[in-house]
Amino acid sequence: MSFFSYAWDWVTTSANWQGSDSIPQQIIAHLGYTVLPLLIAALIGIPLGVAIGHTGRGAVLVVNLANAWRAIPTLGLLILLAVYLGFSILTWLIPLVVLAIPPIIINAYEGVAGVDPDVKDAAKGMGMTPWQQVTRVELPIALPLLLVGLRTATIFVVATATIAAYIGLGGLGRFIIDGLASNDYGPVAGGALLVVLLAVLVLALFAVLNRLVVPVGLRKQAELGRTE
Amino acid sequence: MRTRTATGGIAAIAAITLAAVAACSSSASSSSSSSASASASSSNPLSSGGSSTSVVVGSANFPENELLATVYAQALQAKGVKVSTKLNIGAREVYYPQVEKGTISIIPEYNGTLLTVEVDKTSTAKTTAEVDAALAAKLPSTLQVLNSAPAQDSDSITVTQATANKYHLKSIADLKPYAANMALGAPPEFKTRSDGIAGLKATYGLTFKSFVPLDESGPLTLAALQSGKVQAADVFTTTPQIVTDKLVSLADPKFNFAAQNVIPLVYKPAMNATIINTLNAVDAKLTTEALLQMDNAVITEHASYSTVAAGFLQAEGLS
Repeated sequence: MSFFSYAWDWVTTSANWQGSDSIPQQIIAHLGYTVLPLLIAALIGIPLGVAIGHTGRGAVLVVNLANAWRAIPTLGLLILLAVYLGFSILTWLIPLVVLAIPPIIINAYEGVAGVDPDVKDAAKGMGMTPWQQVTRVELPIALPLLLVGLRTATIFVVATATIAAYIGLGGLGRFIIDGLASNDYGPVAGGALLVVLLAVLVLALFAVLNRLVVPVGLRKQAELGRTE
Repeated sequence: MRTRTATGGIAAIAAITLAAVAACSSSASSSSSSSASASASSSNPLSSGGSSTSVVVGSANFPENELLATVYAQALQAKGVKVSTKLNIGAREVYYPQVEKGTISIIPEYNGTLLTVEVDKTSTAKTTAEVDAALAAKLPSTLQVLNSAPAQDSDSITVTQATANKYHLKSIADLKPYAANMALGAPPEFKTRSDGIAGLKATYGLTFKSFVPLDESGPLTLAALQSGKVQAADVFTTTPQIVTDKLVSLADPKFNFAAQNVIPLVYKPAMNATIINTLNAVDAKLTTEALLQMDNAVITEHASYSTVAAGFLQAEGLS
């Protein structure tokens, strides 16, 4: 049997959509484990990235982060926290926030730092205060890259929130881990497929967001210029 | 395109999942086919002729098994047998075929899992005597098991000292009036295993308030037990934390969990009376308590396998 036939058989079994620990319940739980860390990471990462991009100070932090962050062992961190903090909300929140912050900070920094110096100069020349420079000029121009950073972070957290199941919580990881433990490949393949589908949904969501939020002129400019 | 990273990420997720499922299904089929091809025993250069009293003692890839192999090896050396060791080979899928062919002569095993994983998947034998008998009857012709030790490394329902004192718990049966207020922590497969949730209900009439899926008697399960996230947990009976954290493993008088006695699995043509008698003598003295203390020394106090093994053998007059 192939991955897809296992997944399809399992997802189309109606019993899996009812009762406790059903597919809809775990999807909702999974979204919870995704949205909260992202909100926190954005609250920390965007202001920090913008500040570093605007002032240019602390850029060394961002560069090193860019090189090192993919090496962070999220699962190892989770288990370490479980042993030392017990099973509190912080145990799963901290590793996912740590995972989400780097792409947000890096892209916020690059977005703001990459604003055309002539434009920045013009803003200063017009007498705008630093706050006005950031909010009226630099942030709108940095928006496409900022959204890329948020999108990257969201997809990574959606894929990694499966680890919450390791410490007995729910989410789509529950299907994968329980299935693996019982050598039952239906939930393993099905759970994995649902995670992938959620990630694709995130992509679509951000495409819509991009269209809604970024001004037309800036969108074209960003599409021509940036690589990541 | 700008979306290269995201698509790359999704492709990676899909590829890894595909690989994982493929690996799972291929390893599941290969372990069943290896036991089927076992009976084709050809002449093995390692065990040719009667002059070799040289044996190879192997072990699986976890500390307790390496310790047991060291104990066996030292006991045999003390009786003048030529021994070489091959520790840390791997999981059962890896070493079992090696013992069948005689590349490994002796390996410490656990009678329950050996029976249900390699020898007879449908077996319902539970007690030590039943399991040993089933093994003797169904092992392939090149293999033999010697006497099983009293020591068991099996699943158990374990509680903290405080819980045991509070409810006066000695055996799993004592949990019956209190289980409805307790959360049980165990590996995820406990939900579907026949000796898991269903077994506890059938054998002891227990229904727990909730089930928290954790790891196999690992750091998560022990942390959950200590922090009070669960009040009872599935902990292996020779886990060192039982000593260091003063946990209480409840007795299983009705054998919900099948016996898991330490037992030497040997390659028959390599055996002689000296080897068999030596190993049986070691097993006679190997109790769960003794094994637990040795595991604690090796895992928690980082003593060397050879020192701990030598200490045990000396104390029992076997060296």
